[in-house]
Amino acid sequence: MTTILGIPIQAFLGQLLVGLINGSFYAMLSLGLAVIFGLLRVINFAHGAQYMLGAFVGYLLLVHLGIGYWPALILAPLIVGLTGIVIERVALSRLYDVDPLYGLLFTFGLSLVIEGIFRYYFGVSGNPYAVPPLLAGGTNLGFMFLPNYRGWVVIASLILCLGTWFAIEKTKLGSYLRAATENRSLVQAFGVNVPLLLTLTYGLGSALAGIAGILAAPVYQVSPLMGSNLIIVVFAVVVVGGMGSILGAIVTGYMLGLAEGLTKVFYPEASSIVIFVIMAVVLLVWPAGLFGKDA
Amino acid sequence: MTSAAPLLAVRELHAWYGESHALHGVDLDVFAGETVTLLGRNGVGKTTTLRAIIGLIRKRTGEIAFDGHDLMRLPLHRTAHAGIGFVPEERGIFSTLTVDENLVLPPVVAAGGMSLEEIFVLFPNLKERRNSPGTKLSGGEQQMLAIARMLRTGVKVLLLDEPTEGLAPVIVQRIGELLAALKQRGMTILLVEQNFRFASRIADRFYLMEHGKVIAGFPVGEIDDRMTQLHEVLGV
Repeated sequence: MTTILGIPIQAFLGQLLVGLINGSFYAMLSLGLAVIFGLLRVINFAHGAQYMLGAFVGYLLLVHLGIGYWPALILAPLIVGLTGIVIERVALSRLYDVDPLYGLLFTFGLSLVIEGIFRYYFGVSGNPYAVPPLLAGGTNLGFMFLPNYRGWVVIASLILCLGTWFAIEKTKLGSYLRAATENRSLVQAFGVNVPLLLTLTYGLGSALAGIAGILAAPVYQVSPLMGSNLIIVVFAVVVVGGMGSILGAIVTGYMLGLAEGLTKVFYPEASSIVIFVIMAVVLLVWPAGLFGKDA
Repeated sequence: MTSAAPLLAVRELHAWYGESHALHGVDLDVFAGETVTLLGRNGVGKTTTLRAIIGLIRKRTGEIAFDGHDLMRLPLHRTAHAGIGFVPEERGIFSTLTVDENLVLPPVVAAGGMSLEEIFVLFPNLKERRNSPGTKLSGGEQQMLAIARMLRTGVKVLLLDEPTEGLAPVIVQRIGELLAALKQRGMTILLVEQNFRFASRIADRFYLMEHGKVIAGFPVGEIDDRMTQLHEVLGV
């Protein structure tokens, strides 16, 4: 059997794939956080709850209305994005003029409320969500067996991340967003409806969490705690990438997912803390993060 | 040059930075087609006056009438649509936007603005550097860009805050020519300027500010008679 550094290559590639899958979710979630933080200067602690909400929207649509995976892939981010828009209009927008800590506390409280409600109705055990028939089964790549759905998650995540990056870096609306991230009031003085831009940005960030949630439903189980399990790691990813850096969030998401997978191969005991060790080291050497500008 | 009603009329304008009372009842008029300069030492409230007019300072009282609009009632993002363009002292060029993106960032608010082609005739340097990040330009080029991007929008009045600050004499002269050309095209300009010699070449009228108030207003022709007062107030 072929080995790498004494590890069977199947095990090595298998863990690398798990790392890539996890990295795909880290990238999608930290991207949403970075977009929201960049413009709104709000650390969106509700992001994990919004991810969970995306998965539950898919689950509930299926169980109660018989609406399957593919329509849910559109509906879940739409619904989560709309709730984000309502949250921003009703509450978050009133906190921009006070200490940023209030935004953090509000979204943290909100995530506790949302998760509490779902725990009350659904308990803490996971609910299975079947892989859509089109993506059932797997493909033999010769050196390993790739479940089709996992391949799809990686591709979908890449498309989403690159699409979001393109929309922000290369379009007119994206230039408003970048400019407002640098100097919100000046952009508004130029006649751009910045309050609307803030609302839509929070909606977009929430929708990204929502679509990550529905993508995750067949991989992990649909559970009220799925978000809080993930969000701490995602915050570490954002810190390593540099707060507010779009590209940094994406690249770091995949990188840390892979680093976690590799650690599982070579030193499994450290796999659950490796991301935080990397975070500590990065903060010591580059306090602004790998892709961040000096704050 | 003074038609019946001023294009921009400011009455009893007070403004605050937090608790600090910065403007103590500013009165001024700007008529269509005029170039008016606010003079005064550092900290007398010239920049504050511009920022309160455009609405960047929300803690303000008094009256600001512009072309039939009551600017006191407009939210910040509607003020530009009334026809006012703002060129801030720090220029406000965005580092994450290219020169092109900076140029087309402010929305067009009225017909009659310049096309990109016309702007590039006026600012050939900008055309050469269209794809560079905005802040990679020299200070002079950034100032040109800050002015140029307002010309596309079709605004009737430009509020210009110290456009010559920190620039080499040859660039200052270039900006002077530019403002003269804009005036020729009928642009109304409210200018804040420390460089008195520069201002005296392009302005039609002056307002002299002290302690957050306008203490005198006079046309350019009276400048020689007022030298004593100007020396006293400006310390030039």
